[in-house]
Amino acid sequence: MQLCPGTPTPAHSTVTETHVITTTDLTKVYRSRGREVTALDGVDLHVREGEVYGVIGQSGAGKSSLIRCVNLLERPTSGTVTVAGEDLTALAGRGPRAGRELRQARSRIGMVFQHFNLLSSRTVQDNVELPLEILGKSGKERSRKALELLDLVGLADKAGAYPAQLSGGQKQRVGIARALAGDPKVLLSDEATSALDPETTRSILALLRDLNRQLGLTVLLITHEMDVVKSVCDSAALMDNGRIVESGTVSELLATPGSELAAALFPLGGEASGEDRTVVDVTFQGESATQPVISQLARTYNIDISILGAAIDTVGGLQVGRMRIELPGRYEDNVVPIGFLREHGLQIDVVGAAEQTAALVKESAE
Amino acid sequence: MTWSEMQPLLEQACWDTLYMVGWSTLIAVVGGLPLGILLVLTDRGGLLQNLAANKVIGQVVNIARSLPFIILMVALMGFTRSITGTTIGREAAIVPLAIGAIPFFARLVETAVREVDHGLVEAVQSMGGNTWTIVRKVLVPESLPSLISSTTTTIVALIGYSAMAGTVGAGGLGDIAIRYGYQRFETQLMWITVAILAVVISVIQFAGDYAARSLHRRGAHSGPAPKLRLLKAAS
Ligand SMILES: Nc1ncnc2c1ncn2[C@@H]1O[C@H](COP(=O)(O)OP(=O)(O)OP(=O)(O)O)[C@@H](O)[C@H]1O
Ligand SMILES: [Mg+2]
Repeated sequence: MQLCPGTPTPAHSTVTETHVITTTDLTKVYRSRGREVTALDGVDLHVREGEVYGVIGQSGAGKSSLIRCVNLLERPTSGTVTVAGEDLTALAGRGPRAGRELRQARSRIGMVFQHFNLLSSRTVQDNVELPLEILGKSGKERSRKALELLDLVGLADKAGAYPAQLSGGQKQRVGIARALAGDPKVLLSDEATSALDPETTRSILALLRDLNRQLGLTVLLITHEMDVVKSVCDSAALMDNGRIVESGTVSELLATPGSELAAALFPLGGEASGEDRTVVDVTFQGESATQPVISQLARTYNIDISILGAAIDTVGGLQVGRMRIELPGRYEDNVVPIGFLREHGLQIDVVGAAEQTAALVKESAE
Repeated sequence: MTWSEMQPLLEQACWDTLYMVGWSTLIAVVGGLPLGILLVLTDRGGLLQNLAANKVIGQVVNIARSLPFIILMVALMGFTRSITGTTIGREAAIVPLAIGAIPFFARLVETAVREVDHGLVEAVQSMGGNTWTIVRKVLVPESLPSLISSTTTTIVALIGYSAMAGTVGAGGLGDIAIRYGYQRFETQLMWITVAILAVVISVIQFAGDYAARSLHRRGAHSGPAPKLRLLKAAS
């Protein structure tokens, strides 16, 4: 049952079209001492079964508020939250007190935290057993399950240790094992890797990915690091000021002209070398990556093309190539060559063009 | 006064003191622990937020705490008699001692429980735990080292109070010091009493600190060996 963190996982994904987490028009307004802060402002989130969904945004964008509203640790001001077909917002529980049904629903949603939140008074095994105690499982069943989960996260030998004796990465593994104790379908992760170094971050992300693949676990993760989204997410949403400003699967995002997320996932450098030049970002995915489109373009229109920057990377398990090229002449002079590139299934973003031009691009794309 | 005269007196006094302090500590813990936890839970943002209840409990605790013990003892005489049938003797002394110590301990519990990381509470909430589970599995175990220190502090304070109770006929070491040392000028006996008290208090303080620290360090990397710490604290 041991998963080796860091080993490549099978490329097949178990994502289905069923939504396991849905929020509709979710708003959260904090009121404290007469001041109001709108942390969530009409958030519609759709997380499909079996996917790893990343929510990224700047500090204060409302990411934590969003994830805490999903299991109702924070009660939304308005809107609904549905997890695995159950409308959690409809379950009773006034104020900070959660009713029985809501508590039961929560026990089916795992959660991992930035600062691990392990009980220092309990051993690793007893920490993992805690959710099982809450579920009223027998002692024998608890220890069997806990040991199995510790084995799964690669910490079978640390069962008797106290959290203070573990490294950050090991603590987070315990946190993950604990979150899985109730056999959840959904795992929520609020900045689970933010307190870890890059190496440990990678191994924890690989573990989450493996769990997602092997257990069909749906993961909703919050992060402020683009690398996290890049390495594990099937889908992503960008939050700003309490709203989701972009969302979709990674390939959808990469195929969206002007997508901020796509640009951030796949940054390219290079400035235009002169006034009458048009700089274009070309994105290749799958099939189109194998065709010699650029040399065809040069030949067909007899133009000189300079390559300012290029990279190939794997984003969300997809091979993606991106290239920034420079064409002679202004945008108006290059409508035909750009059209040629589009016809060949490439995604084109004209860089640094005025708003007007961008609108023009969109129009011509349609 | 010869040693053979003093010995039975001192022995009896020691037992009386331990008896009074032991029972009143037990009652203070049983009463003060829930009260202290309730003070945290009912406060703003608490799991059982109830500001009116919080105010009332807080006020009662404050008043009881600010009252000098000797006055509390006198004020409670009627109550003491209704419970024990007398106002004299070690049983009667337990009543004001315990009642004085409950709010004292409750405030210490409150401080200790507030120190527990709220993230742990949230973690248990996210597992579907209710308030009672949080109290039992998080608040109490996680604040246990502080709770033990608080108990030590309470015991030491109660030894002091019990000496005061001794002046009004409760028996115990305070009673000996007053009756023989002060009223009959048996200086030697008084100094022995002082020495016994000093030793008892040191031992309790030391044992309490040791228990709290070893719980607190539980699992931490190799701290200094217990033996070494023992020597250091003693020197
Ligand atoms: N309990 C609270 N009371 C009042 N305001 C709050 C509370 N929690 C969050 N806020 C406010 O809501 C806004 C969103 O906060 P949130 O914690 O969701 O942001 P975040 O995206 O998680 O940020 P970070 O990356 O720093 O964790 C912020 O302006 C914050 O100050
Ligand atoms: Mg946050």
